[in-house]
Amino acid sequence: MKLTLSWLKDHLETEASLEEIVERLTSIGLEVEHVDDKAALKPFVIAKVLTAEKHPDADKLRVLSVDTGDGKPIQVVCGAPNARAGLVGAFAAPGTYVPGIDVTLSVGKIRGVESHGMMCSERELMISDEHNGIIDLPGDAPVGTSFATWAKLDDPVIDINLTPNRPDATSIYGIARDLAAAGLGTLKNVAVAAVPGNDPCHVKVTIEAPELCPGFAVRLVKGVKNGPSPKWIQQRLIAIGLRPINALVDITNYVTFDRGRPLHVFDAAKVKGDLVVRRAKEGEKVLALDGREYELTPEMCVIADSDGVESIAGIMGGEHSGCDENTTDVLIESALWEPLNIARTGRELGIITDARYRFERGVDPEFMVPGIELATKMVLELCGGEASETEVVGYAGHAPKIVSFPHAEVKRLTGIEVPRAESLDILSRLGFRPKGDGDPVDVVVPSWRPDIDGKADLVEEVMRIHGVDRIAPQPLGSHDAVNGKILTTLQIRTRAAKRALAVRGMMEAVNWSFIPAKHAELFGGGQPELKLANPIAADMSDMRPSLLPGLLAAAQRNADRGIGDVALFEVSGTYEGDGPDKQRRVAAGVRRGTAKLDGSGRDWAGNAANVGVFDAKADAIAALEAVGAPVDRLQIETGAPGWYHPGRSGVIKLGPKVVLGHFGEFHPRTLEALDVSGPIAGFEVFIDAVPEPKARQTRTKPRLDLSAFQRVTRDFAFVVDKTVEAGALTRAALAADKKLVAGVSVFDIFEGASLGEGKKSIAIEVTIQPIEKTLTDEDFETLAGRIVENVKKQTGGVLRG
Amino acid sequence: METLENSLMADIAAASDEQAIEAVRVSALGKKGTVSELLKTLGAMSPDERQVKGPAINGLKNRIAEALGARKAELRDAAITTRLAAERVDVTLPVRQSPSERGRIHPISQVIDEIAAIFGDLGFAIAEGPDIETDYYNFTALNFPEGHPAREMHDTFFFQPDEKGERKVLRTHTSPVQIRTMETQKPPIRIVIPGKTYRQDSDATHSPMFHQVEGLVIDKSANVANMKWVLEEFCKAFFEVPQVKMRFRPSFFPFTEPSLEVDIQCDRSRPGEVRFGEGSDWMEILGCGMVHPNVLRHGGLDPDEYQGFAWGMGIDRIAMLKYGMPDLRAFFDADVRWLQHYGFRPLDMPTLFGGLSS
Repeated sequence: MKLTLSWLKDHLETEASLEEIVERLTSIGLEVEHVDDKAALKPFVIAKVLTAEKHPDADKLRVLSVDTGDGKPIQVVCGAPNARAGLVGAFAAPGTYVPGIDVTLSVGKIRGVESHGMMCSERELMISDEHNGIIDLPGDAPVGTSFATWAKLDDPVIDINLTPNRPDATSIYGIARDLAAAGLGTLKNVAVAAVPGNDPCHVKVTIEAPELCPGFAVRLVKGVKNGPSPKWIQQRLIAIGLRPINALVDITNYVTFDRGRPLHVFDAAKVKGDLVVRRAKEGEKVLALDGREYELTPEMCVIADSDGVESIAGIMGGEHSGCDENTTDVLIESALWEPLNIARTGRELGIITDARYRFERGVDPEFMVPGIELATKMVLELCGGEASETEVVGYAGHAPKIVSFPHAEVKRLTGIEVPRAESLDILSRLGFRPKGDGDPVDVVVPSWRPDIDGKADLVEEVMRIHGVDRIAPQPLGSHDAVNGKILTTLQIRTRAAKRALAVRGMMEAVNWSFIPAKHAELFGGGQPELKLANPIAADMSDMRPSLLPGLLAAAQRNADRGIGDVALFEVSGTYEGDGPDKQRRVAAGVRRGTAKLDGSGRDWAGNAANVGVFDAKADAIAALEAVGAPVDRLQIETGAPGWYHPGRSGVIKLGPKVVLGHFGEFHPRTLEALDVSGPIAGFEVFIDAVPEPKARQTRTKPRLDLSAFQRVTRDFAFVVDKTVEAGALTRAALAADKKLVAGVSVFDIFEGASLGEGKKSIAIEVTIQPIEKTLTDEDFETLAGRIVENVKKQTGGVLRG
Repeated sequence: METLENSLMADIAAASDEQAIEAVRVSALGKKGTVSELLKTLGAMSPDERQVKGPAINGLKNRIAEALGARKAELRDAAITTRLAAERVDVTLPVRQSPSERGRIHPISQVIDEIAAIFGDLGFAIAEGPDIETDYYNFTALNFPEGHPAREMHDTFFFQPDEKGERKVLRTHTSPVQIRTMETQKPPIRIVIPGKTYRQDSDATHSPMFHQVEGLVIDKSANVANMKWVLEEFCKAFFEVPQVKMRFRPSFFPFTEPSLEVDIQCDRSRPGEVRFGEGSDWMEILGCGMVHPNVLRHGGLDPDEYQGFAWGMGIDRIAMLKYGMPDLRAFFDADVRWLQHYGFRPLDMPTLFGGLSS
């Protein structure tokens, strides 16, 4: 919403400076986004051309001697065809920034002749498109004074970023009312007098869609002369960014801004028969005033005559019946439209107009008739003619809202004490009418404030006018205790997993929650309920079923930038369905190239190898350990999902049913489909699937029992079938004596012809912890025998000879 | 005897390593060593002779033993010196960087931790909710009227309608969690809600996915004055400045009444850098207000009994303001050069006692 300072002062008697006005507007909720104080026009002064001689070396240039008011003529080279002795125009001295050509002037030589400034055209000052010659002012314009001030072009323009709840502030009058209420002056009384008509309006109006049009006023003015509007109207319209068209159209725009009352004018000669307000027919077309043709639907409201659509109701008039300089009879329309319908129609057609801006917020119904009176008065004044009576159709009148307002509500919600009289006075100045002295008091809401529904709305009115900055901050009551744990288990796990993975040299990515459909399908997603109806791009269409496609793509993007050794992780949501319980919390990571835990690339102490399944496995277990999973009870099995390499991947389980994650290298077909290359391995663990630990009664750790006897280790090597898993063998060794065997680790895997076809050797180190006594050689023999026995029983392995 | 001593001393001096000195020791002081043999002769001597020879032989033994020890120590020192020289390496050779120094936490995660640290101190808990929401939680319960522009396809991501014709949405703000919290928890409520949010928007400062933090206080007295205090304390703590100047402007949101927008005073005169607590620019930083009576009602609370305030701000935005990232899009690109530069070291945990950032 734009306005100029002088226009505001039409409605507001005030001594306040521009700065004060701007500051107050923002503080009462009419946020000033920009102020153009027209400082750019200040350097231009009125100057008189004393002599104009032909340039010695250029036919089209003239050398002027210019009087800028100080009696010392200045030499200026000028190419304008109208440059002549005696012309009075606008002069820019060297050092002046000329906005229309985006140049700061300096003294220059033009074809060998020095030029000390410039006589400007209107386009060069950006006050119009006129560029056929330099500005040519009346001979009595005062030489040496500011051109902008003389031409009334220095009127500051204020641009307000209006919130959608304030239709009353789409009018300059309404803004003046707010400022007056805030104590910045007095609102001028500009009541609109009715203009009597000579005869009934002969164009009749029928409303066939009353649900979209709660009122319609129309009036005919015959015998008008429609030329350009007066300069003062044109200047105001230009200042707020509108282009003057002709007097009739300019009047509608003027009233739109002045009073927030959009109007439309039809050339009555071009309207055939009576007018009807109805829904458009499916596919009905109209050529609008912007020169574009729009196809309409029955969801949209139009004003039609017997030829068809003449106007898109409340949004834009039709080209056919628009007013031009030949218009002699004009139909003025002032109507009410259903805000939601206007908003939807405007959006669907993609039309943004000043009328739509107001109608979709809600135009004051009680100003429908005064609006047409005001417009008629202006038409008669500016264009002459004879007015008919006003025809009003379908308007049932306005039943004002009444809000019960307990005054204590101001203090309760804002914390500040505003005296009751002052609160009610503020409301009265804004046009509210408190009825009586009771408390709560019934407050009648003015017709221009459709946004006011309840007492909280009235508190806001009092607060914003009384002054938000007068509310002193008050500490929120203490919770009177040391704050306890404030994170949920899942939040704690999320943080822990992130830090644990970052500590392993990985970098945290935040990838899109939506991924290409193809990627989603590859990772078990792509369900219809997880597809966006309106994705922002075709490749951001499906909610991700896994964090891996995003991470794999991110790793590849880095590789494509020349950084192939990357380790990335993400701890975030994945989606199995559209219900709140179907959003999972997952930690995932990928390593590419040689991005191993210890570092990547070549090194004098040993080059990093390519990443593989065991890097991913280590990351997965580290993440699970960080989130509190019972790592000693995890089971590792084969059978990871299809996007992994079937022989180089695993599933992490807790018991037979709970799957905590997967890890591995990837299936070549998956990588190919994702356009990802290079050695790459990754994992995904479901941190929301880890069972909640039992609540403990005490933080005391269990007692530490240290054995008095030294632990010893014994090595065994078993020959087993190639298919035997190391995990099975170590489990067998551990189970041989649960008391004495404290640990088993695998220290060598060997395959060779010497072992026989399909065989391999697994070497383990068994840690034995004597408990009650130092073990004798015989004891060791017995234990070793049991280990060999159990391994044989469980895996078929025999001690390697 | 003097000849023997000279000869032994010469042998000791000539011994060039620990083995050689051991050989000399054995030859002199071993069971059958020359000096040991001399000592054995004492037994057969007369007392008078022993009186004379005894001290002489024992003296010889002691001198030889002492010389042996001294030479042995000398040789060990020499051996160590030689070994050390041989073991010398080029210590300027680089070592690999520790993984905990290489890893990075994304600025969004770090800032969420910072927010949690501050609000934890003020007695708030952290709440969360799902990204995929119903129309009810995202709009209706938050007092968005039918036909509000946010309910249109050009602002909000929708899913395909289900069999009942209802379309789920990607939440456009974290505010649905306000309702979800009120439904499950009786006041007093003090929560902050960080999370992902989504809107149909994409340019240097808008991203179709972004992060918001929402705050909600509900009890029987929380008011605008308390809200101003909480937000000013937060901004001071978050931006780590002793003072901030904030401007609360009346504004409009469907879910609050009264509603306010908040600007923070700052200095933007240095390119690429924003300083808070000084300067003369105002920058919009958050929206807030008293929870709308209709929202309280939708949460099952009587607006005449309970009241409170809520606010929301962009996590990505305050991260950009505090740490100076110029472009929001880079947050979601996983460029390791960006992560390395703007990310945080894994062990840099934001705390109030140690400072949020170092």
